[in-house]
Amino acid sequence: MEKTHYIVALVEDRPGVMQRVSGLLRKRNFNIDSISVGATEIPGISRITMTVRGDRVVLEQVMKQLNKLIEVVKVSELNPKESVVRELALIKVSVKSADARAEVVQYANIFRGRIVDVAKRSMVVEITGDEDKVNAFIELMRSYGIKEIARTGKTIMARGTKTVAVREQ
Amino acid sequence: MRMTGAQAIVEALRREGVEVIFGIPGGASIPLYDVLYDSDIRHILTRHEQGAAHAADGYARALGRAGVCSATSGPGATNLTTGIATAYMDSSPVVAFTGQVATPFIGRDAFQETDVIGITMPITKHNFQIRSVAEIPEVIKKAFHIAQTGRPGPVLVDLPKDMQEGEAEVEFPEKVEIVGYKPTYEGHPRQVKAAARAILEASRPVILAGGGVIISGASQELRELAELIMAPVVTTLMGKGSFPESHPLALGVLGMHGRKAANYAVTDADLLIAIGTRFSDRSTGMVSCFAPEARVIHIDIDPAEIGKNVRADIPVVGDARRVLRQLIDVLREMLRRAKTEQWVEKVQRWKKEFNPRMDYDDVPLKPQRIIKEIMDFLGEDDIVTTEVGQCQMWAHHYLGRTKPRTFISSGGLGTMGFGFPAAMGAKVARPEAKVIDIAGDGSFLMNIQELATVVENEINVVVAVFDNRYLGMVRQWQELFYDRRYSAVGLGETPDFVRVAQAFGAFGTAVERPGEIRDALREAFDAGKPAVIDFLIDRECNIFPMVPPGRCLKDIIE
Ligand SMILES: Cc1ncc(C[n+]2csc(CCOP(=O)(O)OP(=O)(O)O)c2C)c(N)n1
Ligand SMILES: [Mg+2]
Repeated sequence: MEKTHYIVALVEDRPGVMQRVSGLLRKRNFNIDSISVGATEIPGISRITMTVRGDRVVLEQVMKQLNKLIEVVKVSELNPKESVVRELALIKVSVKSADARAEVVQYANIFRGRIVDVAKRSMVVEITGDEDKVNAFIELMRSYGIKEIARTGKTIMARGTKTVAVREQ
Repeated sequence: MRMTGAQAIVEALRREGVEVIFGIPGGASIPLYDVLYDSDIRHILTRHEQGAAHAADGYARALGRAGVCSATSGPGATNLTTGIATAYMDSSPVVAFTGQVATPFIGRDAFQETDVIGITMPITKHNFQIRSVAEIPEVIKKAFHIAQTGRPGPVLVDLPKDMQEGEAEVEFPEKVEIVGYKPTYEGHPRQVKAAARAILEASRPVILAGGGVIISGASQELRELAELIMAPVVTTLMGKGSFPESHPLALGVLGMHGRKAANYAVTDADLLIAIGTRFSDRSTGMVSCFAPEARVIHIDIDPAEIGKNVRADIPVVGDARRVLRQLIDVLREMLRRAKTEQWVEKVQRWKKEFNPRMDYDDVPLKPQRIIKEIMDFLGEDDIVTTEVGQCQMWAHHYLGRTKPRTFISSGGLGTMGFGFPAAMGAKVARPEAKVIDIAGDGSFLMNIQELATVVENEINVVVAVFDNRYLGMVRQWQELFYDRRYSAVGLGETPDFVRVAQAFGAFGTAVERPGEIRDALREAFDAGKPAVIDFLIDRECNIFPMVPPGRCLKDIIE
């Protein structure tokens, strides 16, 4: 069954490692919706989060092929139902009137977003949440006029004590 | 120890036991070559970097140890890439060194700068760019370790010029640890047991041996297993030689141009024991009707191969030799008597019935006859390399081999121009062996410049040109599937291969009649220099049998 899978790869933080990962996904013809990277609790190890579309066989191949990359230390699949999935978006909205400004602030509050920049005719809202929440907020902002959107891509962490971490070597 | 980067590179190579490097220098690798000038490591100057890469590959395949090649930056590096990709597809341990512009120039489109790291990422097992002189020993140690362990493959090390020239305090590690690289060698005991049980239950087992058997040195174990459970053995192109094709249980090669008996056996099997094979489409034919009645045991060191092309009912991840040893040990305790008698009889009947004819007396020559004479001429330990095309498939189908590492061919990439430089590398690796390249005229022309290299270095290989003045394999497909519309496959009247050979200082002779083949071979091998034999063959002779593309193995046609 075709499905979106959340894959987390812990990789050595070396020049070109992102290219190795993304190049592999392209060369093997895998479908990737989102890919993001950041530091971890261990110096020299980065964490790449990607969402891959496909059935079980595809998922298994993606994970095995990723594991073959020398600089990939560990690959895990996380079940989104048992995890926290988050994405951060910055949205620059035009606010042509005082009313519009007030409304945007109100919506941002309801969505637990934050106003991080205010200019005469625009505001930047920072919003964090799962994909649906971010999408819903963006939809609401459309009527005011969106000037720019920047999204980080999804990141995921298992709930409870389970971790994907590697032991410090 | 304080030394320059170039000195550190050569010292690291020496410590790896490297005896020979195939390569061509250039501006970005002069510092390295300056140190090589005083070194004991032999450098063989090829005439094209592709030749260097294939030679290193041929050396590696003949010996089972890393082959080393070197090129300068830019065009030198890009010329290596076909050779690197060839080694990658066939899991061959090649370590390639490339010069690079000095680090301050990287990214500025400097003269002869090319992003060789980016270019070779998808065709290497791993690659490195040296970023500090001090890291050189460790990186080179890692490069050889990665290339030669687990599922082997090519590794490239890019050497910016300032890293070769700079000095630093360096230390040479005895061992390296790579966090994310831990190949599995031992098979999981539970999986081994499951495999053993499946073998006991089977009445029509077939063993499918791939290149992994040769790489892991598992021929002895393979033979033990086959004889223990009385199972017929088929091999892939890459597995040719892993099991003696003269053995009563051997059915020869399977696949698109395989033996009928092999294809039929796999199709009828109730158990397929696949060892060290990636189930290439050239071996399996259409996957949906491949071994349709069989449970599949798949033994491979690369977990990603399990289930990639063909479903595996019982996967065993591990090194072929160790897993087979485990399996044999378990089976010896459980097995009473193999109950495959009827099955073996049946496949033996196929084997007899479809045994291919080779003793043609025709003029122009039939390729089968040439292959037969070559086969009779060579000893068990001599080495055959091949180019690509009909020539390769004639060798694949007809030329029986009995020992591992004596049949060297570009299986995965199908690289024309591979066989001749690979023969050169194999001959350097095993100077005592006769080495012959089964060549097509088209393929030979792709790296014919290496005649200069073999003559200069007295690397006395023999090139047997199956001269049909066609890109024969393409012509065959056009004949069979495109209405004989021969589009861009004629190779014209020239060159005269005998005179080309002579012009390079090699021995050259042409053969038109079957009676002359043996003498020509003797003359060529006794020439005291490299030799080219121009066999004028039946121009439109096809390679049969054949499984048409997209069809099942059992639909093999004559
Ligand atoms: C480098 C390269 N280019 C093109 C091909 C496609 N190709 C496959 S077989 C073949 C013909 C080979 O001709 P020749 O070497 O004369 O061998 P023959 O088939 O005639 O025996 C060609 C062009 C290839 N395999 N490799
Ligand atoms: Mg030809």
